[in-house]
Amino acid sequence: MNIHEYQTKELLRGYGVPVPDGRVAHNVDNAATIAEELGGDKWVVKAQIHAGGRGKGGGVKVASSLDEVKQFTDEMIGSNLVTPQTGAQGRLVQRVLVEQACNINKEFYLGMVIDRATQRITVIASASGGMNIEEVARTDPDRVIREPIDPAIGLASFQARKIAAKIGFTGKQIGEAARMMQALYRCFRDKDALLAEINPLADIDDGKLMALDAKMNFDSNAMYRRPGITELRDFDEEDTKEVEASGHGLNYIALDGDVGCIVNGAGLAMATMDAISFHNGKPANFLDVGGGASPEKVGNAFRIVLQDPNVKAILVNIFAGINRCDWIAEGLVQAMRELEINVPIVVRLAGTNVELGAPILKDSGFPFIMADNLDDAATKVVATLEGAS
Amino acid sequence: MSVFVHKSSRVIIQGFTGQHATFHAEESMKNGTTVVGGVTPGKGGQQHLGLPVFDTVSQAVAETGADVSGIFVPPPFAADAIMESLEAGIGVIVVIADGIPVQDMVRVKRYAADKDAIIIGPNTPGIITPDACKVGIMPSHIYTPGRIGVVSRSGTLNYEAVQQMSELGMGQTTSVGIGGDPVNGTDFVTVLRAFEEDPETEAVIMIGEIGGPQEVDAARWARENMSKPIVGFVAGVSAPPGRRMGHAGAIISGEADTANAKMDLMEELGVHVVRNPALIGETAKRVFG
Repeated sequence: MNIHEYQTKELLRGYGVPVPDGRVAHNVDNAATIAEELGGDKWVVKAQIHAGGRGKGGGVKVASSLDEVKQFTDEMIGSNLVTPQTGAQGRLVQRVLVEQACNINKEFYLGMVIDRATQRITVIASASGGMNIEEVARTDPDRVIREPIDPAIGLASFQARKIAAKIGFTGKQIGEAARMMQALYRCFRDKDALLAEINPLADIDDGKLMALDAKMNFDSNAMYRRPGITELRDFDEEDTKEVEASGHGLNYIALDGDVGCIVNGAGLAMATMDAISFHNGKPANFLDVGGGASPEKVGNAFRIVLQDPNVKAILVNIFAGINRCDWIAEGLVQAMRELEINVPIVVRLAGTNVELGAPILKDSGFPFIMADNLDDAATKVVATLEGAS
Repeated sequence: MSVFVHKSSRVIIQGFTGQHATFHAEESMKNGTTVVGGVTPGKGGQQHLGLPVFDTVSQAVAETGADVSGIFVPPPFAADAIMESLEAGIGVIVVIADGIPVQDMVRVKRYAADKDAIIIGPNTPGIITPDACKVGIMPSHIYTPGRIGVVSRSGTLNYEAVQQMSELGMGQTTSVGIGGDPVNGTDFVTVLRAFEEDPETEAVIMIGEIGGPQEVDAARWARENMSKPIVGFVAGVSAPPGRRMGHAGAIISGEADTANAKMDLMEELGVHVVRNPALIGETAKRVFG
């Protein structure tokens, strides 16, 4: 689960991470008032959307007057901001963060992630902050420091100082940077984060360190115990079909092909998409109905897949372990009765109670195209499209 | 033989009296598994399925000599249940729960570091040595005793591969689901080593997914240390790029993190790679004979 930059900064401020003075504004007057109250003669206006790369899309601007604060706010709020991470349609900006601007001497990168290789929360740090940290990791991996954290100890002071020294801090900035890392770690641990980034971590004005931009991502499996984080969720930033799907216990991701997929299990769902691609078809979505799929759940899966106007055929691939094929079949028949489904449906059932499930489909009178195995299913669903065009 | 769980294994179920645990304990017993009891805190002293229920894992181990535990408790309580089993000296711990907070597993792995135990999962259908010992939720009728070891991250894709094998007359020594979570108990290398050491296993099918370096690490390990052939597949060739967790996630996993890049590397390292998931069984038949 993602949250906005201004929310991340408020959270980090509470843990003692220095962040710029600033507040969120929902309209032009609001923004001007905030800038006036902050004082100074330069401000940064930052569009608040979850996608990154905002600077490249014109979503981060430095204003030298209150009029400019108003002008930039007016340009941003209500517009669709297109960045390298939003896709061509962009993302609607509903609020901006107005902050006091500062003079940057140097930019560093500080991140934390749960690393699959070490299976631990790991600090990632580099002297090369700013926008191109991925590029640095690729071309000059030695300039990116990684330090796994022992969960029983936490991020020790000596470790944090070691990282700070390795990325080039000297003098009293070593201690300052180390304290910032430890504060970030405490927040990461306490709030069940999966990712935290301070980029840039800037050396500003007279040598003070400041988190100029910050991003965090949280473990949705742990949000039952983090109500303070859950309430920061912004549904406007999420795909409506994906939100609806998760409300029904389905895992759905929209893609740009024309073969709708309804599968149980994430691995088999990906393999089904792969099999379709192997036969030169294009999957329209990833959809995992999970374990314990009731007839209602199957019906909901159909409704969500069919909301995508590009879908020209559907492949249902169920290998029931904890699921039951007869329930899945009942769900399919019910969906056919309740929804107006005008696309061909290829069904492959296997596993628990398959001997009960197949007759239900056959006796229903609906024109399900039955497949014997995964290859047969992928072949048949792609063939229906070729027949149509 | 077989790996990790055998005909001689003595299994307890944590969360024994729950509905799912009850159903799957009965299914396991039908498949030849020796279930010796279970644990549900507060229900110690009762009988369930004709077997004793204990309040703690330590009591269950002392009374029954259990050496394997199947954990069927809900995700918020699963980490604690794993640590309880570790502390009680259980050797093989199978964790079915899907949705355990990742940081819980980070702490569990630290706790497990000095214990001599294998944790299978979480987010796994479990482990099965056909007709001898099943700890998990997989449909046992698709598995048959044989000579091939199967290891996978995904559950249902494991069923898919096994069904393809069964249709071609190939059975399994043991099938292990290591689970789909980013921080899990047992990696591919650990399972491959066990298959290499098992005299009955003649070949291995390894099924991975996008995300993380462990399939390639396993292939690299196998080239140096393994005499038995491996057929491999990585799901997610058509998965959308950019669905990753910001810069830090991309940095940590590097560019070799797509399914195709992983399969290319595995092929270079000597794994017999299948590109079409529908042909896992056929490829195994051709390679293994």
